[in-house]
Amino acid sequence: MGKGLLWLAPALALLASPAAAASKIKIGFVTTLTTGAAVIGNDQKNAVELALKHMGNRMGGLEVEIIFADDEFNPQKGKQKTEKLVKKDKVDIVAGYIWSHVLMASASTVLDAGKILISANAGPSALAGKKCNKNFFNISWQNDQTPMALGEVLNQRGIKTLYILAPNYAAGKNMVAGVERTFKGKIVGKDMTKWPTQIDWASEFTKVKAANPDAVFTFYPGKHGPAFIKQYQQAGLTGKVPLYSVYTIDSIGLPRMQKAKMKGVLGTFMTQTWAPDMDNAQNKRFVADFKKKHGRYPTFYASQAYDSMFFIKAAVEAVGGDYGNVTGLRKAMEKADFPSVRGKITMGKNHFPVQNFYLREVVEDADGNWTTAIRSTVYENHVDPYAKDCKM
Amino acid sequence: MNWIFLAEQFLNGFQLGILLFLIAAGLTLVLGIMDLVNLAHGSLYMLGAFFAATFAQWTDSFVLGVLLALPAILAAGMVIEVVALRTLYARSHLDQVLATFGLILFFNSLVQLVWPLDGLTIPLPAYLDGAVELGLGVTYPTYRILIIAVGLLVALGLYLMVAKTRLGMLIRAGASNRVMVGALGVDIKWLFTLVFGLGAMLAGLAGMMMAPILSATSGMGEQILILAFVVIVIGGIGSVRGAFIASIIVGLIDTMGRSFLDVLLLAVLPVNAAEAAGPALSSMLIYILMASVLFFKPQGLFPAQSG
Repeated sequence: MGKGLLWLAPALALLASPAAAASKIKIGFVTTLTTGAAVIGNDQKNAVELALKHMGNRMGGLEVEIIFADDEFNPQKGKQKTEKLVKKDKVDIVAGYIWSHVLMASASTVLDAGKILISANAGPSALAGKKCNKNFFNISWQNDQTPMALGEVLNQRGIKTLYILAPNYAAGKNMVAGVERTFKGKIVGKDMTKWPTQIDWASEFTKVKAANPDAVFTFYPGKHGPAFIKQYQQAGLTGKVPLYSVYTIDSIGLPRMQKAKMKGVLGTFMTQTWAPDMDNAQNKRFVADFKKKHGRYPTFYASQAYDSMFFIKAAVEAVGGDYGNVTGLRKAMEKADFPSVRGKITMGKNHFPVQNFYLREVVEDADGNWTTAIRSTVYENHVDPYAKDCKM
Repeated sequence: MNWIFLAEQFLNGFQLGILLFLIAAGLTLVLGIMDLVNLAHGSLYMLGAFFAATFAQWTDSFVLGVLLALPAILAAGMVIEVVALRTLYARSHLDQVLATFGLILFFNSLVQLVWPLDGLTIPLPAYLDGAVELGLGVTYPTYRILIIAVGLLVALGLYLMVAKTRLGMLIRAGASNRVMVGALGVDIKWLFTLVFGLGAMLAGLAGMMMAPILSATSGMGEQILILAFVVIVIGGIGSVRGAFIASIIVGLIDTMGRSFLDVLLLAVLPVNAAEAAGPALSSMLIYILMASVLFFKPQGLFPAQSG
C-alpha cells in the first residue's frame, strides 16, 4: 500500500509546477505621469524602480512585474486606468495614488475585485474611518494627522491668530480639518481655492494682509507650492507673517526655489513623518542611492513609494510566495514587519500606520543644497482620529 | 474691512482683467475675423512663458528674455497658422474645435519633451521682486504694477492700431465682412497670417508676464483659456474694445467674489454652509454673468458691426 502511493509525490509536484512556473507577481502602480504634476509621479516611479533594484527584483523568490499607470491627475482617468490594471492586466496587487480624489474614485474597482490596494500617499478620511476596508492599506499617513501635528506646533509657539489657505478638494479639506482639530487659537480667515486651476493668490494675500494674523497655515502640493511661496514673498508677507505649511515644500520644489533665489523659504516650518536625514540603514541606503542617480534629495512621495514595495515584499515572503492567498497577505501586512525608511512603524486597526510626526525646518545642507532637517518630535505613535469609526 | 483693503482688491481685479485682455484680444480677433475657433490659443500663452524663461536663462536678464521672446512667439504663431490652421478655415466649427484641441495635446507634450517636466522658473530682478508703498497705506507687489502698466500700454497701442492705421482698417473690415474684403482685392491670406501672429504675440506676452509669478508649466494655458472665452463672449466676438471692457469686468467680479462673498454669506448663512457655498458660488459668478449677457444681448455687450 505504501509502495502504491509513491507515484503521488512526483505527480503532485508536476501538477503543482505550472503554478510555481508562473512565479511572477504582478503589481500595478497608479501615479501621475503627465500634466504638471508628472514630476511627483516620476519621483515615485524612480523610487519604486530603485526599491526593486535594491531587492534584486524579487519578492519571496518571485520575479516582480511592475506596471505603471498614469492617472493624468484626474479622478475619471484614474478609475479607468485602475480598471484596466485589475481587469485586463490582471495584476495581483494595486499600489500608488498621490491624490485623494483619484484614490476615492478608484478604490472600489480594486476592492470589489477582492484584491489588495495600497495607497503610497493619499490618505482620505473616509477610507480611514467609516469606509475602511479589510483589503485597503495605507503606507503613508491619514490626511488629517500631519496638520494636527502642525496645530500642536502652533500652540507650542504661542500663535494666537491663524489664517488658513488651502485648495478646495478632499485632501485640502482634510488638512484644514486637521489643523482646526488641534489649534487652540482663533482662526481669523479661511480661503478654500479652486483646485487645481487657481494658481494666483493675489486676492487671498490681500485678505491675509488685512486680517494681520500671527501666522498663515497652508497646504499646496506639487507645482502650486513654489508659486505660492514666490507670491507670498512678492506680496510682502515673507518676514512679516510666519508661514507654516504641510506638503507644500518638497525636494522637487526646493532646488527650484534655490535656483530662483527665494530665500524666504529658508527657516519655514512644516510637519512630516519622514525627512531625508533620518538615521536608519534603510533610509541611508535609499537617500544615498537616490541622490547618486537623480542628483537631488528624494521627496516624501518617493520615500513612501519606496516603502510600499518593501511592505509588499515582506507580506509576500510571509506567505512563502503564495500571493493568491489574499487572507495570508492581509495578515502579514497587518503586522507591517518590514524595514521602513521611517524606522519602525506599525499598522493601526484601520490599516493606517501608527507612527511619529516630526517638526521639520528648511535648511541649507553641508554641500549648500536646500533641504529639510528634523527639529523635534511632535507626536509619538500617533493614531489618526478616524480609526475609531472603522468597524472591521 | 476698510478702503485700503478695497483699493488693493480693486488692483488685484484690475490686474487679472489686464491679463485676460492680453489673451482675449488675440482670441477675439482670430474668431471674429478669421472665423476660427482656436482652442490652442492657450498653448501660445504657454509657449510665450517658456520662450521668455529660456531666453531669460540664457541672457540672465528677465527684460532681455521678454524682448527676445516677443519676436520668437510672433514667428511661431505665423508658422503655426501657415502649417496647421490654414486648411481649417473652410471646415465647420466642430472640426476646428477637434483639430485645435489636438494642437493643445501636441504642444503640452512638446513642452514636456523639450523643457524639464516641472517647468521653468524665472527669477525677477531685485527691483521688481517685492512690494511698494503706493501712498495712504496701500502696498502692492511691484511686479503686478508692471503688469498693469504693460497691459494698459498694449491696450492703447492696439486701440491706435485698430482705429488709426490701414492694417487696423482692414482688421475692422475683416471683422464685419470677410468675403467683401477679399473681393476688394486685399490679400486675405496674408492678413490672416499677420492677425494670427499678432494674437499669438499678445497671448505670448501674457504668458511671459505671468511666468515669474506662476512658473512656466505644461498645461498652464487651459486654465486661463476658459476665462478668455467667457470674456470674448461677454465682450462681443471680434470686438477689441468689447474684449477690454469685458476683461476688466470679469477680472473685477472674479476677484471681488473671492474677496467678499464668504463674508456676505456668513452674514446670512450658518458657518458650515457659508464655508461650503462661498468657494462654489464665487467660482460660478462669472459664468452667471456670461449666461445673463447671452440671455439679454446674445451678440455680447459690444458686438463688432457685422454686415
